[in-house]
Amino acid sequence: MLGRDEKVSQLRLTAVQYILLGIFLVLAFGLWRLQVARSDYYNNLAEQNRIKQVPILAPRGKILDREGRIIVDNYPSFSVLLLRDQKRDLMADADKIAVGLHMPPDELRLRLKRMAAVPGYQPLFLKDDITPDELAFIESHKAELPELDTITVHRRLYPKNGFMAHVIGYVGQVSEDMLTQPQWELYNPGDIVGMSGVEQYYNDILMGKNGSRQVLVNSRGKEVGTLSDVQAVPGKPLKLTIDLDLQIAAEEALEGKPGAIIAMDPRTGEILALVSRPAFDPNQFAVRISRDEWNQLVTDPNKPLLDKAIQAQLAPGSTFKILMSVAGLQEGIAQKLIVNCGGGGTFYGRFFKCDQKHGRVDISKGIYASCDTYYYTLGEKLGIARIAKYATEFGFGQKTGVDLPQEVSGVMPSEEWKIKNFKQKWYAGETISVAIGQGAVAVTPIQLARAIGAIASDGVMVRPHVAFPEELPPGFKNAARYNDKSHVQIDQDNWVIITDAMADVTRIGTAAAAHIDGIDFAGKTGTAQTISAEARSKMGASGKSKFNDNSWFVGMTPRRNPEIVVAVLTQGGGWGWRSGLLAAQVIKAYVAKQRLRQTQLAKANGTVPGGAKQAEVAAVWHEGDAKNPDKTQAGHFAVSTDSTIKPVSTAPGVEAADKPTPAGDMEATGSHGGTAQPEADAATPAEPKSSDSQPNGQPVQQAPARKKTPGSSPPVAPPAVALPGRRP
Amino acid sequence: MSRYVSFRDFDWVLLALILLICTLGVVEIYSATLSTKFAGAHLRQVYWILGGVTLMFIVSVLNYQALIERVPLMYLLSIASLLAVEVFGKKYLGARRWVQLGSFHFQPSEWVKLVLILAMAKYFADSKSECTAQDIVKAGALVGVPMLMVLVQPDLGTALTYLPIAIMGLFLGGMKAKHALIILAIGALLAPVAWHVLKPYQRDRLTSFIEPEADSQGHGYQVIQSLVAVGSGGIFGKGTAHGSQTQGQFLPVPHTDFIFAAFAEEHGFIGAMGLLLLYFIVLMRLIQNAQTAPDRAGAFVVMGVVAVLAFHLLVNVGMVVGLMPVTGIPLPLMSYGGSSVLFMFLALGIVMNIRMRRFVN
Repeated sequence: MLGRDEKVSQLRLTAVQYILLGIFLVLAFGLWRLQVARSDYYNNLAEQNRIKQVPILAPRGKILDREGRIIVDNYPSFSVLLLRDQKRDLMADADKIAVGLHMPPDELRLRLKRMAAVPGYQPLFLKDDITPDELAFIESHKAELPELDTITVHRRLYPKNGFMAHVIGYVGQVSEDMLTQPQWELYNPGDIVGMSGVEQYYNDILMGKNGSRQVLVNSRGKEVGTLSDVQAVPGKPLKLTIDLDLQIAAEEALEGKPGAIIAMDPRTGEILALVSRPAFDPNQFAVRISRDEWNQLVTDPNKPLLDKAIQAQLAPGSTFKILMSVAGLQEGIAQKLIVNCGGGGTFYGRFFKCDQKHGRVDISKGIYASCDTYYYTLGEKLGIARIAKYATEFGFGQKTGVDLPQEVSGVMPSEEWKIKNFKQKWYAGETISVAIGQGAVAVTPIQLARAIGAIASDGVMVRPHVAFPEELPPGFKNAARYNDKSHVQIDQDNWVIITDAMADVTRIGTAAAAHIDGIDFAGKTGTAQTISAEARSKMGASGKSKFNDNSWFVGMTPRRNPEIVVAVLTQGGGWGWRSGLLAAQVIKAYVAKQRLRQTQLAKANGTVPGGAKQAEVAAVWHEGDAKNPDKTQAGHFAVSTDSTIKPVSTAPGVEAADKPTPAGDMEATGSHGGTAQPEADAATPAEPKSSDSQPNGQPVQQAPARKKTPGSSPPVAPPAVALPGRRP
Repeated sequence: MSRYVSFRDFDWVLLALILLICTLGVVEIYSATLSTKFAGAHLRQVYWILGGVTLMFIVSVLNYQALIERVPLMYLLSIASLLAVEVFGKKYLGARRWVQLGSFHFQPSEWVKLVLILAMAKYFADSKSECTAQDIVKAGALVGVPMLMVLVQPDLGTALTYLPIAIMGLFLGGMKAKHALIILAIGALLAPVAWHVLKPYQRDRLTSFIEPEADSQGHGYQVIQSLVAVGSGGIFGKGTAHGSQTQGQFLPVPHTDFIFAAFAEEHGFIGAMGLLLLYFIVLMRLIQNAQTAPDRAGAFVVMGVVAVLAFHLLVNVGMVVGLMPVTGIPLPLMSYGGSSVLFMFLALGIVMNIRMRRFVN
């Protein structure tokens, strides 16, 4: 055919080759431009495209009571996160988001603006505890609003109605503003941290460590892989020394009254119950507290956020007389001091009133009848310096070091204190007021419980605490100090005089109304004026009720080396015995529990078939040795009996004659180990059962059987004597 | 000289290069579809390639001159098949490009390309070396008719691939510079008309090519994601199955049209340049085969294949690196798809056929 053998122009073929080379070079340039020259830029864009950083929130540790019962738990809920590293115009989306999540758009914009300075990888927590329809909104707008994400949050579930609110405290979100303050600088915005109570004090234990997941997401926001997965470390549980049973009793006792109750084991400093009223509901804080609710809490005149057990500084009133008695007796003054009370006395040219004409008053009557005249006289003889010395030794005017935040120190005045704070000389007349716990002296309920508990424990001062030091992680600050004990010298005779007189308070004294049958319940009332009597008398009825006396009571059982000391403050509660009634409720709950436990233990031991043939007696016995020949010891004994014994509740000391009859074998069931333990004469073999039958119970020390007769001591649990006149 | 045709004269080097590119394609298809509903596509691609290679061997032993003699019939069949698409075709993604034969979807526009290569070869082999205006109009009509038919499917991309066949034919056919300039001038005048003929999405593609950021979630999205994929690959790449743009499905259709972007992301500048170089070597090898072709028709056929392959490469890679607007043109030998693979191997079969007959006559 024509031209078929004619070759194609070689020149043109070569031209094609050069054109192809040109194309090749152009494409190579395109690749170089993207992959070499601007690689970092595109790499950055690719990072934003694909990696989504999702925090994994660590649940906070549970809070348990001393028996492992759950007080604070968590519940799962959803929170909305705004991912800020998605290269989206968040301000433009703000309206849509605000509508879907039911938020004010202006507030959302404001928060976005404030977050502008924070690095983009930190997500913003938009809203907590969202509703199902808000969750649906986010799910259905995944493609449109890829910056929204949800996260499961373990939220705090607190007891209802402010139960234990002040011990527990509450948690809150570290806000953007807080980050500038040094104590929060280690946290990230949005972190949930304790803001009060043990939630704050033990935040490091409870908080755990958040993890994070870097996930590969595709263009539709769907996760297609995981790049890294740092698991969250859950917070550790925190076991408190609080006994829920006692806490309930204390909460019920104080229901509806402003004030505080604190129950402590003065042998160890373990706080068994702590109540402050009015309370707040920490659940309000568990999500996000509204401005109104917050303002209401802050402006409430009864200060519901204040933990009155450790933060109320008030005049102790007559409860201070116990401290005065220690000072007076240790200084050798009170033993010989007899005062004739005619309803008051004149000191430094001014008449100081007593509320009664007590007649002839010695130290014992001074305590149980709470005679002011006696203590005016004693105060005058001691002088403020010596009073302040003893008061300081027993911890007044100083923080107790309790493991709760924002404890206050109270005030123990002295001459130096007055010069330092007021640039004024101390007036001798002020000493007279201080002697009855008025004037400048101010204490917290926890100080009072600790000091009077220490006096009843022969001067052993403990540090109050709500967490078990041995269960805290090693190196936890201050943990070792919880076991610190200091000893203030109290002579044997003085100790007996004071403790016996305190027992008389609930027998024949100011709090006889609070007497509990069958329980060695000792204590001291206090009725503290909140303003001077003159000022109050000038007021009308409403003014008077506003400045009603504060009612105090510090009680314990047994009277010496007590197992429990309870301080009660009822603000505006009037006479001290009213608080005594509340303390009695807590003491009763404590004793009932101990007895139930012993009965159960005895049953579990099988030593008492049928479980009824055992009676508890309290006793005080002589425990002298070469060093301290007059030492006495006190405690409870579970006494095995034959069938004729009286029931437990009335057995000990109903009639004084009954008590000293030593049964064949008595077992000491309480560890009253402030001083010395009874020595083994002949061991009884009964071993306490393992703790599975007695969860968390302190194993009852199976003391050796003893044939010792309790020493010459007053009746342990005096019979009920109703006094005709109830006095403070 | 004997008329003996031997596989000893088969271009094994070219086949090895082709199969190397195909293998890279299969691996990239595997990687790109790993976590998608298309998972397993690489195996189907292997079957297509095996089928293609078989077809290639069959075609290589036929006499290409006999094929060229049958071009008028094939051309008519092509027009008929394109008409069949218009009438019986399956509508898929808004365009009617496919006919179903049994369980296969067949895209006739691919093999029309092959027929056009042969048709151009026949036309210019028959004509004198002097290329008149008449030749240009005739050749233009030869390509223009099926091109318009594909254009209304609508498949702008495939229609455009017919253009280089005509251009290559005219260029090698001895088109004068004067004529070329006239055609360019006419094209420039017709451009505004063409703009109105384009479908809205096609216009969007062009505008988003010029300014991708203007519509980053819409049509610019594909361009941006492709640029991000290629750019973030850097010099060494992210490794097979580790390209975040590819694996995260940010990259659109990473196993077909954007397979080069996926490859560039996972294998970096070095890998992408290596791949480009392979294509370049293949093209040069093909031109060498054209130079040694036994006759003018053979040279035209081979250069037609060169034109199609080079055009695909330019438009596809150019699109991926942001130098060309988005068109639905696959990367030959790599992109997933039976029609494209079969076309390439058929075309190669004819190239082999021509090479094996280089000493004939």
